[in-house]
Amino acid sequence: MEIDPFIFRLSIFILSIFIGYYVVWSVTPSLHTPLMSVTNAISSVIIVGAIIAGLAGNSDSVFTISNILGFLAISLAAVNIFGGFLVTQRMLQMYKKKKKDK
Amino acid sequence: MSADLLAIFYLISGVLFILALRGLSSPETSRRGNFFGILGMTIAITVTFLSVGSFSSGLIYVLIFLLIGGLIGAFIAYKIPMTAMPELVAGFHSLVGLSAVFVAISAFLNPEAFNLGSPGSIKLASLIEMSIGAAVGAITFSGSIIAFLKLQGIMSGSPITFKGQHLFNALLLISIVVLTYLLCSTQSPNFFWILLTVSFLIGFLLIIPIGGADMPVVISMLNSYSGWAAAGIGFTLENSALIITGALVGSSGAILSYIMCKGMNRSFFNVILGGFGATEQSTSSGNKEQRPVKSGNAEDAAFLMKNASSVIIVPGYGMAVAQAQHALREMVDTLKKNDIKVTYAIHPVAGRMPGHMNVLLAEANVPYDEVFELEEINNDFANADVAFVIGANDVTNPAAKSDPQSPIYGMPVLDVEKCKSVLFVKRSLSPGYAGIDNDLFYKENTLMLFADAKKMTEDITKNL
Repeated sequence: MEIDPFIFRLSIFILSIFIGYYVVWSVTPSLHTPLMSVTNAISSVIIVGAIIAGLAGNSDSVFTISNILGFLAISLAAVNIFGGFLVTQRMLQMYKKKKKDK
Repeated sequence: MSADLLAIFYLISGVLFILALRGLSSPETSRRGNFFGILGMTIAITVTFLSVGSFSSGLIYVLIFLLIGGLIGAFIAYKIPMTAMPELVAGFHSLVGLSAVFVAISAFLNPEAFNLGSPGSIKLASLIEMSIGAAVGAITFSGSIIAFLKLQGIMSGSPITFKGQHLFNALLLISIVVLTYLLCSTQSPNFFWILLTVSFLIGFLLIIPIGGADMPVVISMLNSYSGWAAAGIGFTLENSALIITGALVGSSGAILSYIMCKGMNRSFFNVILGGFGATEQSTSSGNKEQRPVKSGNAEDAAFLMKNASSVIIVPGYGMAVAQAQHALREMVDTLKKNDIKVTYAIHPVAGRMPGHMNVLLAEANVPYDEVFELEEINNDFANADVAFVIGANDVTNPAAKSDPQSPIYGMPVLDVEKCKSVLFVKRSLSPGYAGIDNDLFYKENTLMLFADAKKMTEDITKNL
């Protein structure tokens, strides 16, 4: 008997939900906005699907509808990746401790 | 690169993303966490390039589109004012949703490229996963667009409702299931297009009845959806990085929605099925008698605060609107020079997204160890001399504790009324979002400061 690979993926999925659950509960409430922007950035890892879609097919015709949608998806995801990580970085730079000069 | 090695690299990316979220448990580790996130993303993108192998002319286009998107993203990230974070996040969610839709369509049209079979005979499991990814992506897209328009003020923030709305939405949701079934049994592209259209419509209809102050829940919910969409696509592409990330983001958004709902003492369904204004107006319109209020000016406020030994600041959405955070910090600096203890109290649903007020205060260089959450600080109000409420309203309303008739009864509120005196910066006496009067305005120890939040704060500083 062989186990369907889908079951393995489902296992990864379910276990990741639990990891997410415990990890996110430990996020301090004051960082909830950066949490949203960073989750936004990492969910754009969907760009790997977009790259595959963009490069699919033979190399002579890169402009099938399927490819073009892939290219567009690459751009959209890239906006999110760069925008998301950089804006998170910008926010996190602002969280500072009390200066000890007083 | 072999498929096994590729899968291991995707797993590493997934683990790095987990560490990125883990880092956010404290501000000290958060910057390192963000670095892990960037590293994970770089690995995922690089190995995907290497796996495709043939460096055809298509690769140039991929890089061009990547660069265009990246430049736009970087530009936005540097330019965006911190007060506009809710809009930005809503806008970004819509992009995740749309790219999920594009990838799903692309996989549907060209399944060979993804090892899913051939057009007309796509593997059943892949087709189901694809439909789920595409549908959730489409809902995320149109829902986020509406949320964005409402937050930007392009679309009215008040709930839009019509007769039979819930029934209609329920029917649409059922039709999604039916369409997925039809798509799987016939493999006809037409059902795929109809499925997408219906999903776009659902996203739109789901968000239009939700009012402005419920936006924290909506944004968190869309955050969650964008994760589920990514996971759906991850199953289609058999990609563990996407599955792990989708699950993380999905549960993150769900937890945030839960926290926001609890902050308003409302059930998730109560928020989703329509705003306060639509259902509970009857309780607010009854008593309209004029009650006396004490109003003062900047000098009075400065006098009160100068003679206080501890001040608690309660910021709300009004502070964000007036961009008053920097002026506020200057006022607090002056107070501190006079040896007055100042802390900040933040209600979970203050502002338009989770943690909105914290970011604004951080932007104004307020140290994060002076900023406290509701449970941490609520007992301190009884010992404080002055509560300075700036741009908040409903989250301070004592009716939530005392009046079972009130629509916000049971909602956790800041015990502002226990302070010796309360300063309330507000433009007018108009009720807050929930449409209810705040008894605090009429209390003996409350001084109303009718002005723009920023201007009033600056004036107080001058008088200190």
